[in-house]
Amino acid sequence: MFMIEMSEVYKTYPNGVSAINGISVKINKGEFVYVVGPSGAGKSTFIKMMYREEKPTKGSITVNGIQLSKLRNTKVPIFRRNLGVVFQDFKLLPTLTVYENVAFAMEVIEEHPKQIKKRVMEVLDLVGLKHKARMVPTELSGGEQQRVSIARSIVNSPQVVIADEPTGNLDPETSWEIMNILEEINNRGTTIVMATHNRDIVNNLKRRVIAIDNGKIVRDEQRGEYGYEY
Amino acid sequence: MSIRTVGRHFRESGKSLTRNGWMTFASVSAVTVTLLLVGVFFVIMMNLNHIAENIQKDVEIRVHLDPAADDHNKDLIGKKIEQISAVDTVAFSPKEKELTNLIDEMGEDGKTFELFEQDNPLNDVYVVKTKKPTDVVKTAKQIEKFQYVQSVKYGQGYVEKMFDVVNVARNIGIVLILGLLFTAMFLISNTIKITIVARRREIEIMRLVGATNSFIRWPFFLEGAWLGILGSILPIAFIAVAYSYIYDFASPRIKIKFVELLHFNPFIWQISLILLLIGAVIGVWGSLMSVRKFLKV
Ligand SMILES: Nc1ncnc2c1ncn2[C@@H]1O[C@H](COP(=O)(O)OP(=O)(O)OP(=O)(O)O)[C@@H](O)[C@H]1O
Ligand SMILES: [Mg+2]
Repeated sequence: MFMIEMSEVYKTYPNGVSAINGISVKINKGEFVYVVGPSGAGKSTFIKMMYREEKPTKGSITVNGIQLSKLRNTKVPIFRRNLGVVFQDFKLLPTLTVYENVAFAMEVIEEHPKQIKKRVMEVLDLVGLKHKARMVPTELSGGEQQRVSIARSIVNSPQVVIADEPTGNLDPETSWEIMNILEEINNRGTTIVMATHNRDIVNNLKRRVIAIDNGKIVRDEQRGEYGYEY
Repeated sequence: MSIRTVGRHFRESGKSLTRNGWMTFASVSAVTVTLLLVGVFFVIMMNLNHIAENIQKDVEIRVHLDPAADDHNKDLIGKKIEQISAVDTVAFSPKEKELTNLIDEMGEDGKTFELFEQDNPLNDVYVVKTKKPTDVVKTAKQIEKFQYVQSVKYGQGYVEKMFDVVNVARNIGIVLILGLLFTAMFLISNTIKITIVARRREIEIMRLVGATNSFIRWPFFLEGAWLGILGSILPIAFIAVAYSYIYDFASPRIKIKFVELLHFNPFIWQISLILLLIGAVIGVWGSLMSVRKFLKV
């Protein structure tokens, strides 16, 4: 069974823009997938439909065995517990410490406090920020903030991590730190789907590449290249 | 939901109140002003109602019997009146008693009526009380049709008018109170909305990491309740103190029949409870209204 499966998916936004124009794709458990393409190609839309931030206008999507078209609105939160989401702008809460930001994701699903403490320290260790647990996000560099956000996305041990330009705001060196962490997470068995504009990363850390243009998949290669000039 | 989670929701609601200090102040003030007005209206209305009830309770129907009726006819009329379902009590008052009552009531002037003692011009009377004051008119009309009933008297015109006045006053009061309540809810939902825009990010992240809508809603629900409860403290205190002063001052001085204030106890407890509940309800309502649009999944 596939981790993520889309068949004949179309998405037209209420304003009439058709962002996705017939996409079918299968992503296996444990895969690492780059999603590339020019700006406005539909990468973010493609990704948002995976965690049900957007609903397709047509076609069917299955994630982790759940058919999203049949998922009731009230069940969406439960569904999201099986995936982690990472963004370009980190989406951390500025008033909470690093520890609290990560623990937040476990409190919200009502985990036991002992369990929370143990697990949060574990993932902070994984991203190398154990010693900065008491700081607030504004005291951290961009790369460190993104590491916190990754720690939060994996703290509930999701099957899939979905990342939309996680290195978009970071310099090359910091971007590689983030990639190393994502690679490590992938090595532990978590499926990763990552939209990116970072040619250097895609060409050096070779994985499956799905290229989207005009809302369609124009290329899908194992160990692919970034390709385009953008 | 576990106790731990309940604790978390309480903490979060408290944190938010202190973090958004000015908004808390604004919302609480809105509730305070509203409840003060609502409370004063309530006190006035309930007292008016009480007075109206006193007067209404005193309304009775006096059934004057035809002098031609013999004892048997009189008994029959009494029984028929008793059978009317709206009737509470029926008392027979013979014309001799009517005359002595009249003489007593008139005081000195009444002396002249003593002349009539030999040849009493008054009628025997049945004094009828209804279970509900509002049934007086209907019941009187019914009794009027009985044989050997000469006339019925219940303060025609006056009773109807009084019922009208009480009804109109009650309706105006209800409309005013409802208007005030809606204004307060609107104010609260708007102030909370401002704090929520700032917390939009927090809600967005909660939804991303899998918090259910009810989990997200709980702290807002509690926060609204706090705002309402905090807002009701001042009005309750003010009304309790003011009412006890007014009661102590006015009660001994009022000499008008039927007019008396509601006793401080339990009236003030009832009013306080009502204000507290209204405060909590408008707070919760305002709060949940403003969080609603951020929870569309
Ligand atoms: N919420 C929305 N409402 C309406 N149109 C939208 C919305 N989000 C995206 N679009 C449109 O859909 C198309 C695809 O947008 P999308 O964000 O998926 O592109 P992208 O590939 O992620 O671009 P970028 O590389 O710049 O992030 C664009 O034309 C965009 O204007
Ligand atoms: Mg995008």
